[in-house]
Amino acid sequence: MKQVLEGNSAVAEAVRLARVQVISAYPITPQSHIVEVLSDYCATGKMDARYLRVESEHSCLASLVGAACGGVRTFTATSSAGLAYMHEMLHWTAGSRLPIVMAEVNRALGAPWNIWSDQTDSLSQRDTGWIQLYCEDGQEVFDTTLQAFRLAEWVNLPVMVVMEGFLLSHTYEPVDIPEQEEVDRFLPPYNPAFKVDTKNPFTVNSIAPPSIYMEIRHDNAVAMDQVPERFDDVEKEFEVLFNRRYGAVEAINCDDAEIILVTSGTITSTARLLLEDLRDRGEKVALLKMKMFRPFPVELVCRALKSAKKVAVIDRNFSSGAGGIFLQEVRAALCNRQDRPLVFGYVVGLGGRDVTKAVLEEIYKATKDGDVPSDKSVWIGLREVKHAIGR
Amino acid sequence: MLEIRFHGRGGGGTVVLATLLAKAFFQAGYQVQSFPFFGVERRGAPVEAYLRLASKKILARTGVTTPDHVVVQDQSLIEDIGVTVGLKPGGWILLNCSIPPSDMSAFANHRVAIVDATSIALKNRIGSRTHPIVNTAMIGAFARMMEAPPMDTVIAAIRKEVPSDPERNVAAAEAAYREVRFL
Repeated sequence: MKQVLEGNSAVAEAVRLARVQVISAYPITPQSHIVEVLSDYCATGKMDARYLRVESEHSCLASLVGAACGGVRTFTATSSAGLAYMHEMLHWTAGSRLPIVMAEVNRALGAPWNIWSDQTDSLSQRDTGWIQLYCEDGQEVFDTTLQAFRLAEWVNLPVMVVMEGFLLSHTYEPVDIPEQEEVDRFLPPYNPAFKVDTKNPFTVNSIAPPSIYMEIRHDNAVAMDQVPERFDDVEKEFEVLFNRRYGAVEAINCDDAEIILVTSGTITSTARLLLEDLRDRGEKVALLKMKMFRPFPVELVCRALKSAKKVAVIDRNFSSGAGGIFLQEVRAALCNRQDRPLVFGYVVGLGGRDVTKAVLEEIYKATKDGDVPSDKSVWIGLREVKHAIGR
Repeated sequence: MLEIRFHGRGGGGTVVLATLLAKAFFQAGYQVQSFPFFGVERRGAPVEAYLRLASKKILARTGVTTPDHVVVQDQSLIEDIGVTVGLKPGGWILLNCSIPPSDMSAFANHRVAIVDATSIALKNRIGSRTHPIVNTAMIGAFARMMEAPPMDTVIAAIRKEVPSDPERNVAAAEAAYREVRFL
């Protein structure tokens, strides 16, 4: 049934319907509502799950690694500094091949303090071995959370469901929440590939010397390489039951476009509005929405961008010294292709600054009028300030 | 698409006001989106919330800067902040006040409605004597001013979403619906 729900509540509803067995969490704005709702569900019996209160995010993920080794379905949620504090355990989760699902609510990292939307927190965890799926609206947040459990348990890798702080986490909109029976048909009880057992003891993650470490890492790589195809399978099953699918990427009008805007998250929605306007004016423009970031769906991205002359990658994130992070990945994906488009990069909306349709139109114009892309991302909407660069 | 901005003070139920209206409008068949101003709210500080209404799926994911209408839960805000900033000409301003503001010059291009939501909340014992919660009264006045959403959806939303004393809140909404005045 369709209900008007906050994005954070949409995550909590998906976790309840997924019959998660162990939740561990430490609160942080703008994620806290997720675990507040779940803690209420556990306390009142609406969910039959163990809720672990921990003293830090590091312990949060460590406790879930333990629970997941015991063969139960697990979930946590965090943001920003909390995710950064989990960093070591993110590697341990993926290395242990544990299908833990996390909702990651994008929030800028300090300094200076900022609680607003910025994808640099999740993207700076790109090398930890987690699958990363970015969401555009409340319905996609709900659907992706359910899909994440199915995908994680299929390939034995952890999944981060990424949503922007406030723009998704605190926004109320209609979300279709299915009945428990329907979700059960999509997501059967977790049947772990392995679990610790006191009757048949063995050690998880004992030391792996140089003679076997590389094979274990390669095993992770093989699993990760399967993810685009497995995600497609998960989406097919999901679509049969719920009549919705998203794709690892969504290519809108890409076949006949000269310029393609590449977006992720909520900027995609505003870009859809701009696309309608520009198409009405006869502009040959298209949109590529990136949902999957890890693994980076190189083949799908190259296929979508192949007929364009120019590509404009729009990043609500920034890697100092290297530019927008989606920009780096799109350029790398295209670099060995024949007849590749010129790739322009733009940084917008850091620390929650509004990314309006006018901002996106400015990017479109700059790309259309530009001859050679800058090596660096171009910052859009900056105020004039006097820079002081050391002494 | 219609965009409405709500002004209030931290702890005064401004976000709940926007959310309750979103739920009532959704029941009445509208597409809705509501969200708070993404700030670091403190009790008593000025806060804002927003509501978008449309007939088809709402794609805009940006701030509301040129609202069609505004709702002001606390009269003292009129002096503190510019409640009409960006408000479209001809748009409604719904004010919680007992008597009309002495200086109406700021509202020359707009339509003004007033309701004494504070007295209604006190009469229905919503909140405390010192901090009455006026949001459900404001919803009733809003429903009359806009001729939407229908009062049955407003009452249903209050009964479903207001945790304490929903019937007093329903009574406040109904009283404000009757008592709102158009200047």
